[in-house]
Amino acid sequence: MNILQAIGRVTLSAGAAIWDVFALFFRTLYWLFYAPLRGKFIGRHYIFSQMVFAGVQSLLIVFFVALFIGMVLAMQGAYQLSQLGAVRFVAALISVSMCREIGPVLIALVVAGRVGSAIAAELGTMKVTEQIEALETMAMNPIRYLVVPRFLALIVMLPALTIMGDLIGMLGGYIVGVYNLGISPGLYIKTNFDFLVLKDVMTGLLKSFVFGMIIAMIGCYMGLNTKGGAEGVGRSTTMSVVVSFILIILADAILTGLFYFASV
Amino acid sequence: MEEKREVVIRIENLEKQFGGRKVLEGISLDVYKSETLVIVGGSGCGKSTLLRHIIGQLKPDAGKVYLFGKDITKANEDEMDSIKKRFGMLFQSAALFDSLTVEENIALPMREHTKLDDHIIKIMVKMKLNQVGLRGFGHLNTSQLSGGMKKRVGLARAIALDPEIIFYDEPSAGLDPVVTAVVDKLILDLSSALSITSVVVTHDMNSVFRIADRIVMLYKGKILQIGTKEEIKNSKNEYIQQFINGTIEGPMQFFAPDEGYLEELTK
Ligand SMILES: Nc1ncnc2c1ncn2[C@@H]1O[C@H](COP(=O)(O)OP(=O)(O)OP(=O)(O)O)[C@@H](O)[C@H]1O
Ligand SMILES: [Mg+2]
Repeated sequence: MNILQAIGRVTLSAGAAIWDVFALFFRTLYWLFYAPLRGKFIGRHYIFSQMVFAGVQSLLIVFFVALFIGMVLAMQGAYQLSQLGAVRFVAALISVSMCREIGPVLIALVVAGRVGSAIAAELGTMKVTEQIEALETMAMNPIRYLVVPRFLALIVMLPALTIMGDLIGMLGGYIVGVYNLGISPGLYIKTNFDFLVLKDVMTGLLKSFVFGMIIAMIGCYMGLNTKGGAEGVGRSTTMSVVVSFILIILADAILTGLFYFASV
Repeated sequence: MEEKREVVIRIENLEKQFGGRKVLEGISLDVYKSETLVIVGGSGCGKSTLLRHIIGQLKPDAGKVYLFGKDITKANEDEMDSIKKRFGMLFQSAALFDSLTVEENIALPMREHTKLDDHIIKIMVKMKLNQVGLRGFGHLNTSQLSGGMKKRVGLARAIALDPEIIFYDEPSAGLDPVVTAVVDKLILDLSSALSITSVVVTHDMNSVFRIADRIVMLYKGKILQIGTKEEIKNSKNEYIQQFINGTIEGPMQFFAPDEGYLEELTK
């Protein structure tokens, strides 16, 4: 009985939270698309500063992670492919797997850790120090001024970061492939791009677009629903990373399944 | 009571429950133009909750709140926004935006809600800062301010759009007596010089008797008495006497009665 009750309670509260996230999502869409038609625009500087934070300031860590994962993939791939005598296909392996899977997911996880948690911490602090309420009493809707700029920044900048990360990952593969495995530069580059089709890139970018929405919505939701002082801010920050990670992997599985079955 | 004064805030039979517990029970109250009304009561008696209902942050379970003659419990977002531009609020923790400087905090409502030129806004920000005695502090970050300075910047931001009403939630909480007196003087100056209506929530009896035109005594979600300073000072109500004298003995009980304590410990 107690276990049933506990399960019931957890299901109910999880259901309510999911409902709340969707409500936040639809209100974000309202302020993004409908409100501007009624003359309520979102100040360009709010969006711009968020883009700088989410995108430009993430470049270094994204480059670092992508470069090394590309190099690791090259070494791991070479180990397997050399047994088949097909080492030069390392280039194709890296370019396709970076664009389709590893680039979007890895970079989304990095950005969830860096940007999503920062959003939760910032909005959470604003919530517990009455700043959100202050915005509201100044007739400034927090969705419009806080959520929408972060949402826009992430859905634009995450795919952009992903494109760059894909390229840097290929560069990492190139470094190992050419300088360590002894593949000639021309052949490496040719193999790299010959096997890559537009669909690989597009499905990857579609994924990172969805991941960007997830990171923004979860970060904002956790932040705006923070309760209980500094401790609560810490809890929201951690939760935003954990929940984003889970949802990114889940969405990745669903989207990959969709693309897979749609193309069969 | 003077008759026929213009009512700017009218509260009728306001009721609010949180999780089945009644926090506000049938509050009715009129606030007149350019008076300073102080809401006093013990911790947890519902002062902040009442204030949140007046500024439209909470919706009541029953009852009505009229601001400038408009029922805000029925107002939509656009109507509410235009009402919000006519009042200012000083929060208990000042609630300054810590991603912005002092200047930017005060300029924000002007930037968003007026079409004024940037250099005009800069001049107006300087005037607001001067009004709260903080000339030359505009470039500071909010983290560089003391508690009293934060309150004053919060006040400068609250008066940025020249509001008709200002709400203060515990303006003297956490301030030393001198800074409290400074903030009280600012409240008085604003209401006399600009004939702004002020609604102040506090439990600092010294500042109550300095600033109040009328006092509302709140206890457990109900109004005990509304009156002038003299009426409250000479009140026969035992709760009010206990509160303004700050004594432990009286009708407000803070300790559970002794009987049954031993059983509770050993149970
Ligand atoms: N959002 C809420 N949810 C549940 N209970 C609440 C909520 N807000 C206030 N309360 C409860 O309502 C009661 C009144 O709270 P309120 O903040 O109005 O008190 P207060 O008079 O302002 O006290 P203080 O002087 O300590 O600020 C408290 O017991 C509080 O626990
Ligand atoms: Mg309070």
